[in-house]
Amino acid sequence: MGPRLRGDDSKTNGNDETEYVPDTTTQLPSLADRVRPIDAGASVVGVHFFGAMPVFVLGEEALLFAAKDGERRVAIHDGGILASACDGTRIVTGGDDGKLIATDAEAHQVLATDDKKRWIDQVALGPDGAVAWSAGKVAHVRGKKGELRSFEAPSTVAGLAFASKGFRLAIAHYNGATLWFPNAAGAKPQMLEWKGSHLGVIFSPDGKFLVTTMQESALHGWRLSDGQHMRMSGYSARVRSFGWTVDGVFLATSGSEQIILWPFDGKDGPMRRQPKMLAQSEARVAVVAGHPRQPVVAAGYADGAVLLVRIDDGAIIEARKADGQPVSALGWDASGQMLAFGTEAGSAGVLTL
Amino acid sequence: MTTPSAPAKIPVTVLTGYLGAGKTTLLNRILSEPHGKKYAVIVNEFGEIGIDNELIVNADEEVFEMNNGCICCTVRGDLVRIIDGLMRRKGRFDAIIVETTGLADPAPVAQTFFMDEQVGSRTKLDAVVTVADAMWLKDRLKDAPEAKNQIAFADVILINKTDLVSPDALAELEARIRGINPYARLHRTERAKVALDEVLGRNAFDLDRILDLEPAFLTADEEHEHDHHHDHDHGHDHHHHGNGLKHYHDEDMQSVALRSDKPLDPDKFFPWVQDLVATEGKDILRCKGILSFKDDPERFVFQGVHMILDGDHQRAWKDGEKRESRAVFIGRHLPEEKIRQGFESCVA
Repeated sequence: MGPRLRGDDSKTNGNDETEYVPDTTTQLPSLADRVRPIDAGASVVGVHFFGAMPVFVLGEEALLFAAKDGERRVAIHDGGILASACDGTRIVTGGDDGKLIATDAEAHQVLATDDKKRWIDQVALGPDGAVAWSAGKVAHVRGKKGELRSFEAPSTVAGLAFASKGFRLAIAHYNGATLWFPNAAGAKPQMLEWKGSHLGVIFSPDGKFLVTTMQESALHGWRLSDGQHMRMSGYSARVRSFGWTVDGVFLATSGSEQIILWPFDGKDGPMRRQPKMLAQSEARVAVVAGHPRQPVVAAGYADGAVLLVRIDDGAIIEARKADGQPVSALGWDASGQMLAFGTEAGSAGVLTL
Repeated sequence: MTTPSAPAKIPVTVLTGYLGAGKTTLLNRILSEPHGKKYAVIVNEFGEIGIDNELIVNADEEVFEMNNGCICCTVRGDLVRIIDGLMRRKGRFDAIIVETTGLADPAPVAQTFFMDEQVGSRTKLDAVVTVADAMWLKDRLKDAPEAKNQIAFADVILINKTDLVSPDALAELEARIRGINPYARLHRTERAKVALDEVLGRNAFDLDRILDLEPAFLTADEEHEHDHHHDHDHGHDHHHHGNGLKHYHDEDMQSVALRSDKPLDPDKFFPWVQDLVATEGKDILRCKGILSFKDDPERFVFQGVHMILDGDHQRAWKDGEKRESRAVFIGRHLPEEKIRQGFESCVA
């Protein structure tokens, strides 16, 4: 099946579909030989930066601090690590041991323990040091003053995201997403309804849009000013990774055999517009990460390739050669000078530009 | 996908059975016997009996409709998440066992493996194993549609607690089960005692393993004598399958077995079967078949769950092998004549 992607504001199918012309580039310029290789020794499920030091989140138990002058492995969970988030100074992780743990460059501490030892499988960090997590249907948030608030969703919480401004949390669940203002006592959380199972959730940087990934191979979005729906569909698989490019111009997404970038630069978002489709491959895009300063997006593929792609003209630079090991984590440092990545098989690397 | 060294998929066994039939007993037996294998176990929230296993996960049995216009396409949302999470720890276990609640419909569990690409690429459904209570199943078949679904859906059925019923009652129950699902492997057990290779590693959902669509009660390697007790007066018509054997007819759940020794036309068969599951898929619980297409040197196999169909060429027909097409549909209120005529119209 070829790509049939379009942004849509209704449930009807339109006819203005794009034909994709495959990229015939054979020899890519490569920076792969400038990568500092790191043997993570376990499946890499996340990557974050403390300044210039990449920190890899491993599938089981540990974080791997990969400073240039030496690596340090720190066991923090008693079991699998299911979710992680980082605000530049600390990494918060949720595990199948029912623990929520915060780790900074020096130490780690338990922030919360689920009383029934249920999996803590969603975490998010907000402005002003707020942290949110969930186990089953219940989402919790601890604000900067340490106050704890909880919200029970109608079904299992599948995604959490803070708005960039104000103390507002989006919770993805079955049949929609809920906007929750934890400090507005008595205010009813606002339910955004759309049929189906919503998994990941993200606010646009300007706070005007909310987008979810769905169990179906599609995204759903809402314009928050008026609740206008946005359907983004046509993927070949469930979208498991998404993130904004610089200034929130595009929402970069995995789930297809090229990077799909939905335009959010106008007031209507991607409605009635075509996405940009870049860096076509035989393999599916597994993870994406927008560069923090430049209109560039990095993508990790199911065949192990990591590519840097310039959004304006689609120019590609290779950062990791395909070797059949699916890329499972990808992240930029805040300055955009370093890109770190890891695979399901446990090989990792850091590219300094 | 271009992954040349794709890792082996983790097999998943689904344990179903009405309340109190003995699922947990079977589960504990699987976990405690010395087989050297490690299992990740997904149990429902209400399981209260202690299970001693390192990797055990509580599930919430959240059945989610897919927003794709297909009314019976449901998946277990919790399973999608749990399997995602478990696969981070692959290497720690050899197989996954999913225990469902007594009231669960097995279809959403099975459909999860076909509908979710991520789940389906890492794990494979091995078999649906249903534990039935020898004493009470007969009543549950009358008053609990879930119990009937679980029997109809099964690849392996354990008739448990056989020590509590008479041989006659047992034989009658077996005949009733056969009336719903003649294709499952049947085992009589006490305290769910069964050789584990009879319930695990069955590959029942593997297209390559649709080897023999003969009803299981006709095969020689069953461990029980099955005298066919059809002499009871139960007020229903007996059905005559191709082989002339009769069995109980269940009022609303049947199987329709089809057979043709004339080659089929794929350009007729595929539109027919796709239309059939699109219109009747709500009522078709399971289907499978081996097909001989005209001018095609290979056997084509297919199977389905409700509206989802999966099929592929399996292997070349062997020299001297009888090239015949066989298919079976198990479901509720199936329009048998319509299905038979439709199948026959697919002859090339």
